[in-house]
Amino acid sequence: MSEVKYSKEHEWIKLEGDTATIGITKHATEMLGDIVFTELPEKGSNVDKDGTAGVVESTKAASDVYTPVSGEVVDTNQAIVDDPSKINEDPENTAWFFKLKIKDKSEMDSLMNKDEYDKFAKESS
Amino acid sequence: METKKTSLYQLHQDNNAKFVEFAGYQMPIQYSDGIVEEHKFTRNHSGIFDVSHMGQLFIHGSEDLVNDLEKIFPLDLKKLKLNHSKYSFLMNNYAGIYDDLIITKIDNGFLIILNAACKEKDFEILSKLLNNKYEMVLDEKRSLIAIQGPKSVEILNDVIKGVEDLNFMTGNWFLFNEKKVYITRSGYTGEDGFEISVENELADKFTRKLIEKGAKLIGLGARDTLRLEAGLCLYGHELSKDKTPVEANLKWAISKERISKGDFIGSDIIIKQLNTGVQKVRVGIRPEGRIIAREKTKIFNQEDLHIGEITSGTFGPSVNGPVAMGYVENEFSKKDTKVFLEVRGKKHPANICGLPFYKKNYVKGVN
Repeated sequence: MSEVKYSKEHEWIKLEGDTATIGITKHATEMLGDIVFTELPEKGSNVDKDGTAGVVESTKAASDVYTPVSGEVVDTNQAIVDDPSKINEDPENTAWFFKLKIKDKSEMDSLMNKDEYDKFAKESS
Repeated sequence: METKKTSLYQLHQDNNAKFVEFAGYQMPIQYSDGIVEEHKFTRNHSGIFDVSHMGQLFIHGSEDLVNDLEKIFPLDLKKLKLNHSKYSFLMNNYAGIYDDLIITKIDNGFLIILNAACKEKDFEILSKLLNNKYEMVLDEKRSLIAIQGPKSVEILNDVIKGVEDLNFMTGNWFLFNEKKVYITRSGYTGEDGFEISVENELADKFTRKLIEKGAKLIGLGARDTLRLEAGLCLYGHELSKDKTPVEANLKWAISKERISKGDFIGSDIIIKQLNTGVQKVRVGIRPEGRIIAREKTKIFNQEDLHIGEITSGTFGPSVNGPVAMGYVENEFSKKDTKVFLEVRGKKHPANICGLPFYKKNYVKGVN
């Protein structure tokens, strides 16, 4: 069983066992506009909850991507580096950013579920 | 100060525009298609730009006016034919650029198109320089609409017969709904196109006609990527009071005859710079990877010395890669010079390149 949660920085996180897949939400892509550049964390590196773990740039501006939980980067999605427009097309599925082997599952507790996030996104836009 | 709205505000809203405040106006940054699609649509079809925030300055007067304006602008205005346009700049005594502009000879005077952020100040400067001798109107009753891209001539000619006969950088009065509109064949995207000065009351109706014929509204976001690919300067980025036309690599826009006379504001500095060279000069820069180097990015040479700064940088949808312009020390301004751009603490390789990044004739029909 997997659960998807959301952060206030507009990332989604899907946990399967102790592996978390992280990407940015559709709402985030709508705010950013056309994404034309992506930078991902290095495989094998460690990232800390709420720290920067990548960059996306639209034609307008650069934005940091944060990780909602801590862990070791075990995989990154080269497809979105080669063609960043994939992020606009399918942000919450095939255009994931990186996978983490997470350290502390309880870090998931403070994140929002889908209903809470949808409400948050609506209020913050 | 309350932000102003152009006469097309409702039309922008009807087309799901995202708005941004620009030079005191609520302007559309993009519509639902997004910047990349809007950019490509302009290159391949026809894009409509609301540039009504720009200043339309009408100055009336005869021979004296021409003489007085020649003291201000480095152009052969005496030789400028009726309905012909030139690109120029308003400079201070040190040849620093207050604004860049398009000046067109019209009946009994000139029409000058000014940048939105500069127009009030330009008006003051020009009034002072001309000693209030002439009738000057910064016309807020007219909107300015640009239509740009390969299909624009066909579309506009369908709405206003005869515009197809205009040559590049010329204009004329035409009629729309029995009202006079002034149309020039010009623009700022690197595409064939027109700019139409139309009364505010008719702007919405006129623009909807263009949309009916297949043109689409394009926001300021794509206007910026289009002009950058075309290697064109933007005031506040490439151009400012601290830059001269020689530094900005715009000496082509200065009349040789006027330089030989040296009798316009800032001419002594320009002549000196033309003779002895400048320290820094505007260049085109292409990062080697996909990294985007934005305004204020520092530029380094191969020995890691700081040699300049980026003034505009983005992703160019038609060149399908990052593009930038900036100022570098003269000795590093040659084409193909390798430089490094510092983005988020890392130095990324890039090359100095010729401008424009995008040339119409080379890529016709490719996209």
